[in-house]
Amino acid sequence: MIWIDTIAQGILLGGLYALFAAGLSLVFGIMRLVNLAHGDLIVLGAYLILLVVSILGINPFLAAAIAMPVMFGFGWVLQRLVLNRVLGEDILPPLLVTFGLSIVLQNALLEGFTADSQRVRAGPLETASVDLGAVTLGVMPMLTFASAIVVIVALNQIFYRTALGRAFRATSDDPVTASLMGIKPASVFAVATGIAMIVVTIAALYLGMRSNFDPTIGPARLIYAFEAVIIGGLGSLWGTLVGGIIIGVAQTVGAAINPEWQILAGHVAFLVVLLIKPRGLFPRAYD
Amino acid sequence: MSLLATHDLTAGYGDFQALFGVDIALDEGETIAIIGANGAGKTTLMRSIAGVLRNAPQMVTFEGRQVGALPADEIVGLGIAMVPEGRKLFPSLSVEENLLIGAHGRSGNGYWSLQRIYDLFPILKEKRRVPGTSLSGGQQQMVAIGRALISNPRVLLCDEISLGLAPVVIRDIYAALPQIQEAGAAVIVVEQDIGQAMKVADRVHCMMEGRVTLSGAPSDLSRDAIHNAYFGAAA
Ligand SMILES: Nc1ncnc2c1ncn2[C@@H]1O[C@H](COP(=O)(O)OP(=O)(O)OP(=O)(O)O)[C@@H](O)[C@H]1O
Ligand SMILES: [Mg+2]
Repeated sequence: MIWIDTIAQGILLGGLYALFAAGLSLVFGIMRLVNLAHGDLIVLGAYLILLVVSILGINPFLAAAIAMPVMFGFGWVLQRLVLNRVLGEDILPPLLVTFGLSIVLQNALLEGFTADSQRVRAGPLETASVDLGAVTLGVMPMLTFASAIVVIVALNQIFYRTALGRAFRATSDDPVTASLMGIKPASVFAVATGIAMIVVTIAALYLGMRSNFDPTIGPARLIYAFEAVIIGGLGSLWGTLVGGIIIGVAQTVGAAINPEWQILAGHVAFLVVLLIKPRGLFPRAYD
Repeated sequence: MSLLATHDLTAGYGDFQALFGVDIALDEGETIAIIGANGAGKTTLMRSIAGVLRNAPQMVTFEGRQVGALPADEIVGLGIAMVPEGRKLFPSLSVEENLLIGAHGRSGNGYWSLQRIYDLFPILKEKRRVPGTSLSGGQQQMVAIGRALISNPRVLLCDEISLGLAPVVIRDIYAALPQIQEAGAAVIVVEQDIGQAMKVADRVHCMMEGRVTLSGAPSDLSRDAIHNAYFGAAA
């Protein structure tokens, strides 16, 4: 059953897109910031993991665990020193600043790592697969998908079960009233971006292990992430996963019909969903 | 020395000046009322005290400290909590979360706890899992008050807690005031309802166009004096 196989591959691919998108969704949900450098931050994370792997000679998963706190710190500082200064009523300044950041990151990575394409080597894991009768699934895609689920569950736990998550939601609702509660919106935002960078590192791990990357591929990843977030309905993480799956399935099905249609089919699916549900599949009740 | 005082407080929004040299003082255990017509500057005064609007340091003193320049998140930590005009509950938080967030980052040592708030307003316990903004206006006001109380403030600022509520609901809400005072909070209520203000306050300040035009104990203020202070002598 070639179609079942195609769709299964597409669903798993959706996990990767959900990972690309989860950090974006988190930051947008909390501070209404559209981070145009999100894709480049993923690429930055991939280079960081590559660096740790090559210096310490450890496996990529361990390297990612080391990269996570570094990326958290980077996100925290970025938010405190740069992004907090441009957040406000007007949504244009943050867009411009993150657009600029995207260019800065690409050029810095080009300086540091050249334009050669790279890959994080994962050994036998790269080609391992499991035969499930009707379908044969790669271990790497399944790990990616499982990671996406774990990330979403963890983020939802933080969001809905902790005092920090309560502060995230309150600040997102109304930063002025939140400050009357003793919340410092600027530090809440910095922690949120730090957490988003941890998710970015996880996305970077799979990006780096599953495909070649070079300093310029960030914006293309950003597009998929965007589409997943928007189809899902802004701010809903499970919606983001569903959005990722829709794009993933559309791409694999498109590719099965004609390899040249892979990318196009994903974008078409995005437009079709928006035509039917302009606010996405799982919009927030209020906004 | 007063617990809380403003000193020649001026404040505004951009080029627009809304307060012109306001001096009010609040003593330990006292309740004062601020009355005045729409646009008189009552909310601006509350926002200046609470740190939403920042001022020169010496313009607001609390327990002898100059706090006029501190941001809201530090002011509440010192012990000044506000029930903002329009209640301002967080729509994505449940009733209980709306209450809990009032004590964000502080361990609650004091009279008020979640349980005490539920004892004060039992209906909130029943509704604790629903979104705060799905409650009726009066119940939302109870949440807003509970949310401020749970930080165990020394000073509670209440900005028009009776606005838009039915008289019987207003009575229920004001019925909580004695217990709030007993627990140790000094209170400033902003009221448009003069009768209500006279009933609960030890002293009343009337504001007009950004200035305090009349102050005194309710028993010392005549209807005419209040009328003049409220609407101007010409009215
Ligand atoms: N955010 C703002 N930006 C600009 N001007 C404002 C703002 N808020 C209030 N003002 C102005 O400041 C003055 C005082 O307003 P304030 O809200 O303090 O009055 P108030 O006494 O609380 O009135 P009300 O009884 O209607 O609540 C008014 O002239 C008002 O138009
Ligand atoms: Mg007002």
